[in-house]
Amino acid sequence: MKYIDEFRNGAIAIKLSKKIADIVAGHDEITLMEVCGSHTMNIYRYGLKKLLPSNIRLLSGPGCPVCVTPTSYIDTAIAISQKYSQEVLITTFGDLFRAPGSTSSLEREKARGASVIIVYSTLDALEIAKNNAGKKVVFLGIGFETTTPTIAASIIEAEKRNLTNYFVLTSHKVMPPVMEALLRDKELNLDGFLCPAHVSTIIGSKPYEFIARDFHIPCVIAGFEPLDILQGIYMLLEQITRKESSVTIQYSRVAKYEGNPTALALLNRVFEPCDAEWRGLGIIPGSGLKLRSQYERFDAHTVFRISDFGFQINSAIRNPQSAINGCICGDILRGVKLPADCKLFGKVCNPEHPVGACMVSSEGTCAAWYKYGEN
Amino acid sequence: MKNDKITLAHGSGGKLTHELVKQLFLPRFNNKALSQLGDSAILHIHGMRIAFTTDSYVVKPLFFPGGDIGKLAVNGTINDLAVVGAEPMFLSAGFIIEEGFELSLLEKVVNSMKEAATLASVEIVTGDTKVVEKGSVDGLYMNTCGIGIVNNGINLSTSSIKIGDKIIISGTIGDHGMAVLSERESLGFNSQITSDCAPLSGTIKKILASGTHVKFMRDPTRGGLATTLNEIVNTQEYGIVIDEQSIPVNDGVRALCEILGYDPLYIANEGKVVIVVSAHDADKVYEILKEDSLGRDAAIIGEVVIEPKGKVCLKTVIGGTRVIDMLVGDQLPRIC
Repeated sequence: MKYIDEFRNGAIAIKLSKKIADIVAGHDEITLMEVCGSHTMNIYRYGLKKLLPSNIRLLSGPGCPVCVTPTSYIDTAIAISQKYSQEVLITTFGDLFRAPGSTSSLEREKARGASVIIVYSTLDALEIAKNNAGKKVVFLGIGFETTTPTIAASIIEAEKRNLTNYFVLTSHKVMPPVMEALLRDKELNLDGFLCPAHVSTIIGSKPYEFIARDFHIPCVIAGFEPLDILQGIYMLLEQITRKESSVTIQYSRVAKYEGNPTALALLNRVFEPCDAEWRGLGIIPGSGLKLRSQYERFDAHTVFRISDFGFQINSAIRNPQSAINGCICGDILRGVKLPADCKLFGKVCNPEHPVGACMVSSEGTCAAWYKYGEN
Repeated sequence: MKNDKITLAHGSGGKLTHELVKQLFLPRFNNKALSQLGDSAILHIHGMRIAFTTDSYVVKPLFFPGGDIGKLAVNGTINDLAVVGAEPMFLSAGFIIEEGFELSLLEKVVNSMKEAATLASVEIVTGDTKVVEKGSVDGLYMNTCGIGIVNNGINLSTSSIKIGDKIIISGTIGDHGMAVLSERESLGFNSQITSDCAPLSGTIKKILASGTHVKFMRDPTRGGLATTLNEIVNTQEYGIVIDEQSIPVNDGVRALCEILGYDPLYIANEGKVVIVVSAHDADKVYEILKEDSLGRDAAIIGEVVIEPKGKVCLKTVIGGTRVIDMLVGDQLPRIC
């Protein structure tokens, strides 16, 4: 298939893997983090680790939107579906469907009778709102800069169509602050970031510049295809071996320095920065996005008075339940532990019965390990 | 968080379905024919081997590019009989119809059943009709059972599979699942994906009549090629390695899978068969398939290997290797 097969060429992959082996020959161990879940998934899907020399260590970062969505968010969505069961339709992206809350998941709630509909885009949710005027349609708005502009667009569209029954339960996140938080983590010694492809098509390369400048960590924005990933790794190694640090773009066919100004304008029109809770990482200042006050009437937090539900905002790290059940999703998301370090992995926790979110999302590190046979 | 309720994942044909079968049904119904867990049970009656199978159909939408629930219900049961080496003969048809269902639609479904049955030379000899209150079912659900005779000399079983045997797929994978999905979800793609729903009995008959040493066959329906291959190696003293590059996938299916984050290996097929055949006869079976209208895109995709035992591995297009597990739950479209 055009524009796909070219980036999955086995002969070029072998050449790139030789170049990678040459440039790091005799070098101490180098630790790189692929920030995005799609990178993680494709590294396993194509068996890329077998093409890399043993002194390169790849860590998966917090770039899987489902994995970093806190338990309390799922609990809130379930609570809305229960408390307003007669009037609410929950709409969600598919991979949030099985994510575990503290006692249940949307999948289980659906089996018990909750109205949960998987949609492919926010526009589907708008259509559902239009066709169900007597119901309140709540869209579960999670994700990074890649998806947030589409949610902003749905709100602008709902306003244009005078839809009064469409609401978003927001838990949107942005990438650069969490990368900074990881760099400040004493347990984690990173030599380079493989920056996310799709997020960077929206935000461009500028927001990563502080990482190269202040922390002296090289960054390469790389595409998701296997050759993109290998070339991205090679470009990182070039900088590391020359002791340089800058932000460069491997994925230049789509990602640009300035990003996508139209999408950014839309995002900034509807959302503003806020502090946000990340599963396993706690609250990171300025790492979230919330609806601006002029769009408050679309905000499910306000409309359903979620502050009255009696939920405590709890991070997985501090969540007593995590401590009891032994899930180390948090440490895995921070890159300080591997799924193999978890005593639940592959035993109590597997894709049929996930304990932590890293096992649920197809892009989660534990799911990738399990699915592709690292267990 | 253990399941106390049936979820959709229990019906996906993947791991949870197997769990249900092995933990709930098998121990209670416990008998020799069932414990084989074949696509059809093989019954020894008065010196004859009768293949017997049943399947229910709850496809949504009822009409999709390339077929409808009626065609599917007839061909699905024909294929379950054919892959165990039986010649399909008689089918039953059960209808559970929602009150208010359009009679003209039912007529359309029945007409396509008639057409499919005629094409495969089987007769629908018994049936049942139930109508339930509006809202109790989604339009129309169906069940078909089928019987056929396994001719002398045909012995298909995973136990005759040997190291070095070849794996053949009779054509492109994922067409049915993606055709139904794109119709159901009104994805707005201008896709030309058509279900592969078809009766395999004619094609399989030619292969079995050719004197080739076919060891085992299965049609990769729910759970797709990956799940079927896992069912073959499960608890066996051998594994299977397949080559990603050799697996035929239509461009439309590939494109839609790329967009939604689906893996075609796990998407349902309704007119394909996986054949395990001796290395010596693999080319011959491949040639027979190539001459058949339902096997034009057939490919030899892999072989039976000694290690890793009980596992299916995939050689990726760029030269890596990964393990292919069974489907867990339905595939879900990813967020980005």
